[in-house]
Amino acid sequence: MLRALTALLLTLLFVSSATAQDTAMPDRSATGGAQTLQDILARQNGAQVDNAFRSQATGNPDSAAGMAEQLGTLGGTSDPELWRALRFGTADITTANRGPAATVLVQDGGMKWLLFRQGPLATYGAYLLIGTIVLLGLFYLIRGRITIDGEKTGHKLLRFKMIERFGHWLLAGSFLLLGLTGLISLFGRKVLIPAFGHEAFAFLAVGSKWVHNNVSWAFILGLVMILVMWVIHNLPDRTDINWLVKGGGIFSKGHPPAKKFNAGQKMIFWSVIILGTSISVSGVSLLFPFEINIFAATFAKLNALGISGLLGFGELREVLAPHEEMQYAQLWHAGVSFVLMAIILAHIYIGTVGMEGAADAMTTGEVEEQWAREHHSLWVDEVMPPDTKSTTKATPAE
Amino acid sequence: MKAMLLAFLAVAVIAVGANTVLEQAGFSVQDRMAGPAVRLSH
Repeated sequence: MLRALTALLLTLLFVSSATAQDTAMPDRSATGGAQTLQDILARQNGAQVDNAFRSQATGNPDSAAGMAEQLGTLGGTSDPELWRALRFGTADITTANRGPAATVLVQDGGMKWLLFRQGPLATYGAYLLIGTIVLLGLFYLIRGRITIDGEKTGHKLLRFKMIERFGHWLLAGSFLLLGLTGLISLFGRKVLIPAFGHEAFAFLAVGSKWVHNNVSWAFILGLVMILVMWVIHNLPDRTDINWLVKGGGIFSKGHPPAKKFNAGQKMIFWSVIILGTSISVSGVSLLFPFEINIFAATFAKLNALGISGLLGFGELREVLAPHEEMQYAQLWHAGVSFVLMAIILAHIYIGTVGMEGAADAMTTGEVEEQWAREHHSLWVDEVMPPDTKSTTKATPAE
Repeated sequence: MKAMLLAFLAVAVIAVGANTVLEQAGFSVQDRMAGPAVRLSH
């Protein structure tokens, strides 16, 4: 019993001394103020280490030994002090390169970006895309193809004009290329190099980069085109509430009435516009590195409006290093793109294998009248004068 | 299908065009990043 009590007391003593060690200021007298073994171990364990004791220790030119003397050549600083100044961004650098980022030789915060990009961003991004594909596959197995319920009339209605289809495919074609080349860039080091080797990936990477950088303009143009052409048809109205309440008629007989675009399509449209614009802005920022910086200004606005506090981020940094601007832009660009890719996968599914007759709207531009009646009955009423309507009975809309 | 093929062609034309215009306008990486002391390839 006594032995057990002694063991307990000793354990408590060790625990309390360990806690005391964690909170007390580390004693660095043994190393003359330099980092200690505890600092190194703490860093290796991923613990927060206050680097102030190192970032300030960058030498003192006033105490420099003469040039001719021993240790005089570095002007009062030692090699470690010079490296510390480079790492913590206080060294006076002159380079042949120009641009705001040229004088940043060591960017300490870059590791966080690299680890996030290769870790959570790539992992959760892949989960999102694979998960979406699996869910769509399951949906297909459960629901099957949404067919045209009524009898086909053989009469076609022009749903999208040539210019509308052109705008859609300009956006869609460029988005597919951008998505694919973006994924190649993100998963290069982690997946493609281990799978195919450096030489094959080098070829692929150069091509991907060229395509991604230059096709981006077609995406932006396509985005502007569909916004201008379709925004009026995508403004929310009360038919959307009914459509949403009935879940678009996906699992029920008949379809809720809809105008040119139903509520589901409107959600896709606004997702494309909002997320696509965000991707475009961050993409242009990345296309002209260090020239268009958007994050410091955004963070300042979020701080001023108190949004960062509400979201639990506290005060966001309003002064960012040039590289940090690009790193935030890259993470945002890729993260938002993953979300849009998942949405577009669902859009592609419903526009092709998921629904009979839907693809015609964007290929020939003409849809079967019966399909139009079932999915966009209010639009049919708008575009077809009563006397020209087919005699085929429409599926009850409600 | 004509609209789709035309749009895909437009994607290619815009990409090549954008690249040419930006290169000509001095927006190549080497033009933007090199200082005056650097001799560029063109």
